[in-house]
Amino acid sequence: MAVLVFADHDNVTLKDNTHKTVTAALSLSGDVDILVAGQGVAGVAAEAAKIAGVRKVLTAESEALGRQIAEAVAGAVTPLMADYDALLVPATSVGKNFAPRVAALLDVAPISEIIEVVDSQTFTRPIYAGNALETVVSSDPKKVITVRATAFKAAGEGGSAAITAVDPGPGAPKTRFVSDELVKSDRPELAGAKIVVSGGRAMGSAEEFQRVIEPLADKLGAAVGASRAAVDAGYAPNDYQVGQTGKVVAPQLYVAIGISGAIQHLAGMKDSKVIVAINKDGDAPIFQIADYGLVADYKTAIPELMSALETVKA
Amino acid sequence: MKILAPVKRVLDYNVKARVKSDQSGVDLANMKMAMNPFCEIAVEEAVRLKEKGVAEEIVVVSIGPIQAQETIRTALAMGADRGILIQTDTDPEPLEVAKLLKAVALAEEPSLILMGKQAIDGDNNAVGQMLSALLDWPQATFASSLEVTGAVAKVTREVDGGLQTLELDLPAVVTADLRLNEPRYASLPNIMKAKKKTIDIKTVDDYGGLTSPHLSVTKVAEPPKRVGGVKVDSAATLVAKLKTEAGVI
Repeated sequence: MAVLVFADHDNVTLKDNTHKTVTAALSLSGDVDILVAGQGVAGVAAEAAKIAGVRKVLTAESEALGRQIAEAVAGAVTPLMADYDALLVPATSVGKNFAPRVAALLDVAPISEIIEVVDSQTFTRPIYAGNALETVVSSDPKKVITVRATAFKAAGEGGSAAITAVDPGPGAPKTRFVSDELVKSDRPELAGAKIVVSGGRAMGSAEEFQRVIEPLADKLGAAVGASRAAVDAGYAPNDYQVGQTGKVVAPQLYVAIGISGAIQHLAGMKDSKVIVAINKDGDAPIFQIADYGLVADYKTAIPELMSALETVKA
Repeated sequence: MKILAPVKRVLDYNVKARVKSDQSGVDLANMKMAMNPFCEIAVEEAVRLKEKGVAEEIVVVSIGPIQAQETIRTALAMGADRGILIQTDTDPEPLEVAKLLKAVALAEEPSLILMGKQAIDGDNNAVGQMLSALLDWPQATFASSLEVTGAVAKVTREVDGGLQTLELDLPAVVTADLRLNEPRYASLPNIMKAKKKTIDIKTVDDYGGLTSPHLSVTKVAEPPKRVGGVKVDSAATLVAKLKTEAGVI
């Protein structure tokens, strides 16, 4: 069987989600190709060609693909599936947007956000916000799958796959791109960060959130996250949200500050390697899953933490 | 303009899902059920478009057991005009749901299909996109803002790293994200009025029937439990443990 992996990128940089999805693909088949769909993606394709175990890299370029418009991406991917038995797509906002379209056009049932490949027909995926894990067997001749990248290790480098251009498809004649409003930040990206520092409703204001959470994140070289309660209260922007309706993260270290641990939040971070919780309520549910808990008011705990980190790093 | 709003009856958002001991599924017996929260947001947006004079009629459709009438009734109390229940005791997978909804769309000819981005039971996040592909209509998923002017919908979408704004030629499919609006509570007079609104009860065969499923669920298990660790007495101890014991800083 042959597997096509859809590359996660922003036309400039190849994202680590691609390497992780390649690992999932390699557990299905040794014949793994990568599609880089975008505009001006020669550099991204060159990066993709270096991933170990990849047979070849396909590039499809057009303006609509550069904006990753779902109709255009599905239009480029669907005809390629004549040569593949499975399509594996990182479950990003781009992947989730177009992959079900490909499935519908192929008349197959999509399999969303897998966390495990059991065998070539059988996959495990979370349902009910991660409160249950479903094992699902697909009888479709071609599989369309989105992959929760945090559940897989990144494939290494060292490959030298050939790069070939393919037809970019018909574009998206009924959809027009208007604008992007992307948050610019020097911090690591939340979804792939090794360390995440998240703040909750206890922060009380956007100013306090910035004053407390951001310096600690910068000291640790961490990405900044937030609970839904903090986002809904306007303390942090939408795309900081970790949880069922936000981003799913699994960093080496997750530091939850003033977060009680609502089930919706836990769904987004419980697979982190080490979880630290700082909360003044010793009965907060977050402590039930934290590896290290500190029952303290963040107002005193964070300055102490900052100075303790200073000592350790010195 | 007519809006079609598909809604799903699911385990209430506030109830924790429990896996059955035989691992055959999630226990729904005698549990509180409610409209999927993202569907509720979509219905609210449809009602707001009607209140602004943009939409004339809102048709709500649900696929599910006879009790899904209650879910449709909730949408009617929020301000939708009439309902269609496609009654089935099976739990059709997203591909089948998309095919049934396509048949409903071809019969009803809405200008806009406004629906939730995902149902909080299966968490598939697939039906809106599949429906759009089957109809060959444009799509905008994860909407956080929607404006309709003439035959064009301008939609701002929540994407990784920020927002993206698109314009779609109608008819189109738009799926609602959490921040599109805050759904209203139906008032008592509107709940009473909703009782008089029509719900047509149909079968899957009225809309092309169901084919055999492509997926079979062999097991539904509890996720591995994460055991809590230790409480530390100070920030200094915490840092020391993270450094020497966990090795993560």
